[in-house]
Amino acid sequence: MQYLVSVFDDKSNPGSTDRLPAIGEFNKRLIAEGYWVFGGGLADTDAATVIDNRSEQAVFSDGPFVESKEYLAGVWVWEAPDLDVALKLAAEASKVCDRKIEVRPFQ
Amino acid sequence: MDVKEAITQAHHNEWARVVAALTRRFSDLGIAEESAAEAFATAVERWPADGVPPNPGAWLTTTATRKAIDRIRRENKRDDKQKEAQMVYDDDPPEPLGAIDDDRLRLVFTCCHPALAMEARLALTLRMVGGLTVPEIARAFLVAESAMGQRITRAKAKIKAARIPYRVPSAEDLPTRVTGVLTVLFLVFNEGYLATGPDTDPVRHDLTAEAIRLTRLIRALLPNDGEVAGLLALMLLIEARRLARVSAGGELVALDEQDRGAWDVELIAEGHRLVRERLAAGVAPGRYQILAAINAVHTSARDIRDTDWSQVVALYDQLVRLDPSPVVALNRAIAVAELGGPEVALAAVDRLDGALAGYHAYHATRADLLRRLGLSQQSRAAYDKAIDLAGNTAETAYLTRRRDQLQ
Repeated sequence: MQYLVSVFDDKSNPGSTDRLPAIGEFNKRLIAEGYWVFGGGLADTDAATVIDNRSEQAVFSDGPFVESKEYLAGVWVWEAPDLDVALKLAAEASKVCDRKIEVRPFQ
Repeated sequence: MDVKEAITQAHHNEWARVVAALTRRFSDLGIAEESAAEAFATAVERWPADGVPPNPGAWLTTTATRKAIDRIRRENKRDDKQKEAQMVYDDDPPEPLGAIDDDRLRLVFTCCHPALAMEARLALTLRMVGGLTVPEIARAFLVAESAMGQRITRAKAKIKAARIPYRVPSAEDLPTRVTGVLTVLFLVFNEGYLATGPDTDPVRHDLTAEAIRLTRLIRALLPNDGEVAGLLALMLLIEARRLARVSAGGELVALDEQDRGAWDVELIAEGHRLVRERLAAGVAPGRYQILAAINAVHTSARDIRDTDWSQVVALYDQLVRLDPSPVVALNRAIAVAELGGPEVALAAVDRLDGALAGYHAYHATRADLLRRLGLSQQSRAAYDKAIDLAGNTAETAYLTRRRDQLQ
């Protein structure tokens, strides 16, 4: 079962900025234990572009899809046998990243 | 025993077992629930004519399994491969769980999973483990039937989509997960014991009885867990006073005014036995065990004046160390009033103003202490606030009478 694991930061109360080494160690463990599918941190929401090509012509607009105080700062995709395993890892991930985490299954 | 009684009894004893066995076999709570319901409907149809089978549980499980296979075959025509896979898919071979390897226990842990919203956990536990119907649960929580149906359907869908596992948690996670299950059961009990809402009975015996039944089941499955025993004892000792707690006129009767002859001696004896068992275990007690011990002290006194208040305060001191919440501090202050007088208690209660200003029991306690100190005007104001905030009809009636009796 694959889970999308989203890391959320809060503009008004951001998590600490010294987490990269710890996240690197955590990622090594995810790979070694077979949970890792994909992962990475995201650039600032200012770097985002939204595309809408549902009509005749593609429209490009600057900025994130939703402007909000809380925003997506990074994602993982994990392979885990069930939600309990994913939640246990996510609890560790939240500590390691010093940020909130959402776990959502793929269909 | 007539057939109707046999069916009711089978429903009580076997519903959770049938749902649990089918959930393990078919890995799908929805199929398990619907097939179990069909099997019981078939029993209602057939048992009056054919007689009650010698082993109702086995008959129901077999019938429900056949219904489930029929259901899956029907659905197979729509959606072949996935359903076929589901039929043969079995959970990992059961782990060596020893005494606690019971399907019903897996079912309880799944229904009380922390990834589900608390209200969904309550509803799912009552439906899957308790066997209550959706309309019954909707009534219990004063929610429209359709909304309750949706709540249960959504919870089942999440269990499936997110793959919430059907198993007893690992030894490492077990204590917190058991705590979660006990929280659900205690909420069900409390909703029965002090029902909210203007149109409900002040005490919902159906809910308290169901909570006790489910806690007995958990106790049978986890006989060595002190907090499970503690919660069961606590519920029994509260339930024992049920008939004395509401007057014929529908008014709450406080502990000091209750007719102790109306208490249920058998429930009290069982509760006391459990408390003694935990004391003998010599393990540091958790909050339910301490609350049960407090209730054991109350139910040991033949008259309110015989209550060993110093023991009650000592137990609350122990509870405060575990749970330094303002509600616990409030209850401790009530006991302190009996031991050290209302003035000392009022000083302790007033310190909780910031945290408990929106809690009816805080104002009711203050009102009573102010009344005992002869401060009628302040007492009246506190009763007014308590009446405003109280949600239980019997409690409102009691508080109103007390207020109106002020000089």
